[in-house]
Amino acid sequence: MIERFLEWLGDTPWSVALLESLYLWPLVESTHVLALGLFVGTTAMMDLRLLGIAFPTVPVTAFTKRLLPWTRIGFAVMMVTGLLLFYSQPLRYYHNVFFRVKLVVLILAGLNAAVFHRGIHRSAPGWTHDDKPPRAARIAGAVSLAAWALVVVTGRLIAYNWFDCDLQPQPNWVNRLAGCPLGAE
Amino acid sequence: MIESFFRWCESSSIGRAVAESVWAFPILEAIHLIGLCLLGGAILVVDLRLLGVGLTGQPVAQLARQARPWLIGSLVAMVATGVPLFLSEAIKAYYNTSFWVKMSTLPVALTFTFTVRERVARRERAAADDPGKAADRVVGAVSLALWFVVAAAGRWIGFS
Repeated sequence: MIERFLEWLGDTPWSVALLESLYLWPLVESTHVLALGLFVGTTAMMDLRLLGIAFPTVPVTAFTKRLLPWTRIGFAVMMVTGLLLFYSQPLRYYHNVFFRVKLVVLILAGLNAAVFHRGIHRSAPGWTHDDKPPRAARIAGAVSLAAWALVVVTGRLIAYNWFDCDLQPQPNWVNRLAGCPLGAE
Repeated sequence: MIESFFRWCESSSIGRAVAESVWAFPILEAIHLIGLCLLGGAILVVDLRLLGVGLTGQPVAQLARQARPWLIGSLVAMVATGVPLFLSEAIKAYYNTSFWVKMSTLPVALTFTFTVRERVARRERAAADDPGKAADRVVGAVSLALWFVVAAAGRWIGFS
């Protein structure tokens, strides 16, 4: 069902045109990579502040008020370019082990951010100047750093075809994790 | 002369080890990207402030001082991973225009960051919320532009 849809999506003229374009695909991909500096870069600075190991004199609320809008812009650029890249080759990414791991970690990173903003950050005015923020905030910072680093690494590895379904034989766990449609062969 | 130096680079033991390994290049690349994230963050925090946006309300000098260890740390990580990446495909790099654009912009960006930008960012200001003079904005914009070229040309090495 999903596969049929993705196969159809990948056969749409614009998907084919994007994948086969000489400059557009590399431009979208480059924008995706460079936006990392903005999105993950500003996120990481904020996380390091939460951990109490960077910008000790800058209040945490200054980060969430003044820098977060820039993080959001970075995130929007990453989403738009990321969706376009997915659209250029939907079925291949769907069956890519690294892409699947990346998506799961991406969701975890999002949940962590939501928990932080709905939770400990509500009381931020009380500890915004602390060199070392409360434990819950430090945990949120550490989880965020680890999760985004993993997203970056798995994202980069999507480009490699080591575990692609059409490169059989693959170990059993790879075929299962990638959801390779082996019965069709 | 230069070309033979690049050939020597590629035949070096590190260059061959990275080129022959399945995992070395991708792992180095991934760490290089993490370095890019940290470098981007450390540079943006100060440049945005110089441009009069971002962490306004914080003294520029203080931001620059506190960003410095992360700036230097991420640069070290990028060079430490960038050099073996280069060694593994030095001959390809030699014939790659993007590589030369990156490598000629990089020293300019580094010099600008550690001389002009450093001096301007650390200058004493009357008030913490100093809206920032035209010179600050120019320095912030030039820094962003230089590092943008380095990063974009760096990514393009793989496409051309």
